[in-house]
Amino acid sequence: MAEFWDGYALPGLWIAAKIGALLIPLLLSVAYLTWFERKVMAAMQLRMGPNVVGPWGLWQPFADALKMVVKETIIPTKANPGLFLLAPMLTFMLALIAWAVMPVGDGLVISNVNVGVLYLFAISSLGVYGIVIAGWASNSRYAFLGALRSAAQMVSYEVSMGFVIICVLLCVGSLNLSDIVRAQETVWFVFPLLPMAVVFFISTLAETNRHPFDLPEAESELVAGHLVEYSAMTFGLFFLGEYANMILMSGMTTILFLGGWLPPIDIAPLNWIPGPIWFVLKISALLFVFVWVRATFPRYRYDQLMRLGWKVFLPLSLFWVVLTAGVLVAFGWAPGAEG
Amino acid sequence: MGEVQIANYTINFGPQHPAAHGVLRLVMELDGEIVERADPHIGLLHRGTEKLIEHKTYMQAIPYFDRLDYVSMMCQEHAFVMAAEKLLGLQVPLRGQYIRVLFSEITRILNHLLNVTTQAMDVGAITPALWGFEEREKLMEFYERVSGARMHANYFRIGGVHQDMPDGLAEDIGKFIDAFPKVIDEIEGLLTENRIFKQRNVDIGVISAKDALDWGFTGVMIRGSGVAWDLRKSQPYEVYDRMDFDIPIGKHGDCYDRYVCRIEEMRQSMRIIRQCLNEMPSGPVIADDNKVVPPKRGEMKATMESLIHHFKLFTEGHRVPAGEVYAAVEAPKGEFGVYLVSEGENKPYRCKIRAPGFPHLQALEFMSKGHMLADAVAIIGTLDIVFGEIDR
Repeated sequence: MAEFWDGYALPGLWIAAKIGALLIPLLLSVAYLTWFERKVMAAMQLRMGPNVVGPWGLWQPFADALKMVVKETIIPTKANPGLFLLAPMLTFMLALIAWAVMPVGDGLVISNVNVGVLYLFAISSLGVYGIVIAGWASNSRYAFLGALRSAAQMVSYEVSMGFVIICVLLCVGSLNLSDIVRAQETVWFVFPLLPMAVVFFISTLAETNRHPFDLPEAESELVAGHLVEYSAMTFGLFFLGEYANMILMSGMTTILFLGGWLPPIDIAPLNWIPGPIWFVLKISALLFVFVWVRATFPRYRYDQLMRLGWKVFLPLSLFWVVLTAGVLVAFGWAPGAEG
Repeated sequence: MGEVQIANYTINFGPQHPAAHGVLRLVMELDGEIVERADPHIGLLHRGTEKLIEHKTYMQAIPYFDRLDYVSMMCQEHAFVMAAEKLLGLQVPLRGQYIRVLFSEITRILNHLLNVTTQAMDVGAITPALWGFEEREKLMEFYERVSGARMHANYFRIGGVHQDMPDGLAEDIGKFIDAFPKVIDEIEGLLTENRIFKQRNVDIGVISAKDALDWGFTGVMIRGSGVAWDLRKSQPYEVYDRMDFDIPIGKHGDCYDRYVCRIEEMRQSMRIIRQCLNEMPSGPVIADDNKVVPPKRGEMKATMESLIHHFKLFTEGHRVPAGEVYAAVEAPKGEFGVYLVSEGENKPYRCKIRAPGFPHLQALEFMSKGHMLADAVAIIGTLDIVFGEIDR
């Protein structure tokens, strides 16, 4: 009995507690990201934004959530019900499980695996399945076009994202996310690898289907793309998944380029602030840019998006991989290359 | 395996589509994302305006014109009252003409603000629309102060305008004109040199000057293709011949040129408004002919003749000499014409309305063929169609 208790139950509970400690703030931030987006966009567009439910509209996310839960889930007669319901769950689940390897502070990570980057990359690639399944199962023409666009878009941008990540890995010599952050104690990678940081950030916009790459759900073309047939909580899960993905991608950018939980300079008042707070601040700054971009730019056309992905980002990132590797080898800076 | 025939993908675009600008229904045949056929289905907003006007007195017909193209209201009233005035041989007092021109240009800004910003919205930029609506609200307040209604003004009358402008309105319009160029600059800052906006509009929906003429284009749609055709210059009505303004024309006839033309037209409208405010004389705003124009309220209480006039005008209306007439104005969307046939009755025998949006929509298939779905949306945005006037 004691063996069961010490060997299985306690560690299990401990993991559950850790997951809860990560997921509850995460879901809260997803909820408040919607509020944040609406408020920031409103300010940019000379509007008020939500301001009725609670002070400064602070309870608005809960009101929205309540509305979504009590509404009726409509499954179109022509849809494939199983897949139709699976798609939003998949999207939402994938957006959450990626956080298992995200270090929010030094040592504050649920699973400190050595292939963290690969895990993240794999999970974010799977995200496209949610959308493709949604588009296929809805059996609607708009949804189908949206799904096709999304599949093409995500695949194109992942290729250059992969090369950008390789650049970072070359400089670190490890796939472990905590090691990547520790490698940035002297200088954040955003400075030596600035073009790659920009490419990566733009690719995350495309990866999360946000403006100016929101083709899969382009309102003025495809009405809502793959979301056309979804209602109530099935829509809600897609919506939450999209916003959770935005946070995830900002987190990834923070870890790869902005020094994760590290303060900007390691001096007295700045390093009193705990690491997780720095992490959250950096993510918030990136999310602000997400919203800012949405309020500013028009949308790309499908072929222009492909051109940008394959003819601009891919050669650029490929060139940068070669350049990074060349510089590291030529100057003997490559990690692990002693002497 | 033999040859496989792949059927084109047919989608039903609208009438509830967010980019359909009202109730446009397009049956589109797509080859992948390429538009093979775009077949507009119209008539979903048909209200029988022309037929209804045959059963209304001339004064009762005016409100119908507000409701045709519901973003350029007063310009359409203008065409109708001009047609009736031609038949009646009625002269509008100078101040009335200035007020008409002033509000026609305010209307042009109202319309172009909506079109430019919704075109931006069609290509994905949401912020200009909200900035534009802020300004439209101010312009609608001018509408409200002069006529009592924000949109459906019913302000122009046969013989002039309903009432003189209230005190202080001219100064407030002047203040608006001072502040407005900055707003246009800001909207332009988001769009004009924006690379994505250019990529989405340059060389999209190109129409040559000859094709534009063949399809019966007017207004910005033909000026964008380089034809300097503007009724305000070519056959000036009211006091447009006294105004100093330029007609912007495009070079390539693509969506971007038309966008730039509209922006420039707003600036030119501001010039005209400024001149109207500066030069406007005092005096009556409506003709002094009580057979057509209702007498003043005060007179009606004092003289029997005025009371009779009032009674006759509001029960029977006034008679219009028999004849046929065509009057057209340069509405913001193009040439808006009214063809009026009178048989000497108090109601028009026939009132044919020439809506500029109709020929523009006809050319949609011609313009969007071979473009991508997203371009078709941009082209619909640039056509500046409003279904109130197309379906009538």
